[in-house]
Amino acid sequence: MNDLLLVRKNLFRKKLRAGLMIASILIAFAIFGVLAAFERAFNAGEDVAAADRLVVVNKINFTQPLPMAYFNRVRGIDGVRQVTHLNWFGGYFQDPKNFLLVFAVEPETYTELYGDDFDFPADARRAFIGERTAALVGEAMAAKWGWKVGDHVPISSNIFSQKDGSRTWDFTIAGIFKSRGAQANTNFMVFQYEYFNETRSFLKDMIGWMALQTTSPLVNDKVAKAIDQMFANSSAETSTDTEKAFNKAFAAQLGNIALIVLLVVGAAFLTILMIVGNTMVMAVRERTREIAVLKTLGFTGGHLLRLVLGESVLLALLGGLPGLALAFLVTLLVRDQLANFVPGIALTPGIVLLGLVLMLGLGFATGSVPALNAFRLKIAVALGRG
Amino acid sequence: MSDTAATPVVRLLNVCKGFTKGQETISIFDALNLSIPPGDFVAIMGPSGSGKTTMLNLLGGLDRVDAGEIDVAGKRIDRLSEGELARWRSTHIGFVFQFYNLMPMLSAAQNVELPLLLTALRRAERRTRVEAALKIVNLADRTKHYPREMSGGQQQRVAIARAIVSDPTLLLCDEPTGDLDRTTADEILHMLQILNRDLNKTIIMVTHDPAAAKYAARTLHLDKGHFVEKDLAA
Repeated sequence: MNDLLLVRKNLFRKKLRAGLMIASILIAFAIFGVLAAFERAFNAGEDVAAADRLVVVNKINFTQPLPMAYFNRVRGIDGVRQVTHLNWFGGYFQDPKNFLLVFAVEPETYTELYGDDFDFPADARRAFIGERTAALVGEAMAAKWGWKVGDHVPISSNIFSQKDGSRTWDFTIAGIFKSRGAQANTNFMVFQYEYFNETRSFLKDMIGWMALQTTSPLVNDKVAKAIDQMFANSSAETSTDTEKAFNKAFAAQLGNIALIVLLVVGAAFLTILMIVGNTMVMAVRERTREIAVLKTLGFTGGHLLRLVLGESVLLALLGGLPGLALAFLVTLLVRDQLANFVPGIALTPGIVLLGLVLMLGLGFATGSVPALNAFRLKIAVALGRG
Repeated sequence: MSDTAATPVVRLLNVCKGFTKGQETISIFDALNLSIPPGDFVAIMGPSGSGKTTMLNLLGGLDRVDAGEIDVAGKRIDRLSEGELARWRSTHIGFVFQFYNLMPMLSAAQNVELPLLLTALRRAERRTRVEAALKIVNLADRTKHYPREMSGGQQQRVAIARAIVSDPTLLLCDEPTGDLDRTTADEILHMLQILNRDLNKTIIMVTHDPAAAKYAARTLHLDKGHFVEKDLAA
């Protein structure tokens, strides 16, 4: 026998009570894990955002287009190293349910600007720039649909149509690109803006937004002001911000995910803290006489404090670890289904670590009061002999 | 009390102890003296409220004196801190309670092993000692039984095994047969006699039962905070 066995025996002396407490902690940590994974995925864009990249969108709303002419004018601004433009396509494959992230881009500048984030193979890049119907597909998207280089894929749009009324564009996969870092999502594809602009039936010579790289993050503010001033009082005023701020604002459209996580997890934790804490206090109070006997046998107050805290920490771990495991399974299950809307949902090591810290915190918070009571217990009084 | 020739294992010198109840202070002992030689088996009797259990608490370091000295096995325990007292108890004192006070979720062997968790003994050595202690109390075949699976007498024997497993200097028994029938009580008292006679354990037993007190070598009567020795056999 050892202290751990003593802790375990004490914890499971009332199996139903221990089981219910473990179940409630398990649910709380499962909620925490799933929500934290969502929050992480929503904010992943902020993490991959480069410090020297700015995004220029229509001041009214980023869904409103900008004139194509802005592209060349921005290029000439002092402090701009490279600029590209992108257009939302609203794509799907075969069935509208198979939503795809597809962008019409300026191929040369796009692959140059995002060359640090994605590994565009040189021959694929050449083919992409040279062939009108060429498309580059991210590794995750290619894997999902089983596409390979040279495949001809028909991609439809739920926004745009061609001049002949067709909503489907045919592309040839010129290459498959990988992410250079773990954070960047590759579940998307890009194709030539020129092909798109020539064939679409409306919004000709308009672009969605521009992304640009400055010569240094130090000139970001200056460049952003220069761009917005350049197009002030025009029919399409611009709003220029850092890529990080843009990504954050994009994620915020779906609500303040961090706040939702904090409120839901906070409420769940507070409730469980009260339930488990109260139950622990009652459980230890029921054992007042036994604790006094242990003290009589020579167990010190500190030893008993550790035993009771060990019990509450073990309880938190027995509920928390399976809870995180359940969250991991849930994120695995929904990962593919939600890949187009919230790419990169995953229970990251950071979330697991935070979970472990929370488990220990929960254990110490719920165990501290009964542990202190055990520590302070007067033997003679507890044995009813005083 | 009169001293014996041997160095006493228990010595109380001018011990004072009182309790405060509201505004009132009730004195239990006022300059109580006691001396018990090694290997003695003493029964302490007295009317309710005479301070028998309080004296046992003081001897076991479960309670503190207001004044005076308590010396057990050559150690001034009234000077020890709470932590020191706990460690001292684990090696020098074995307790036997009226209601056994076994841990319900532990088996007989695990209950007996509890005091040994506080020692540096290896697992195998602990097991040997537990088996030996259970053998002494004739429960070698009940090692895996839980308290709920045993009779009162068996539970008290497990409690005795727990009390002697760390080979303490002094056994303190508080009404050890108070919850048992006559036959079982006699078995337990006989066992205490064997521990005293064969293993030379010094035993102090608080009891209300004159029949139980007869098993002791001598009986001290505690009354109004002072000891009065009587020979019950006389």
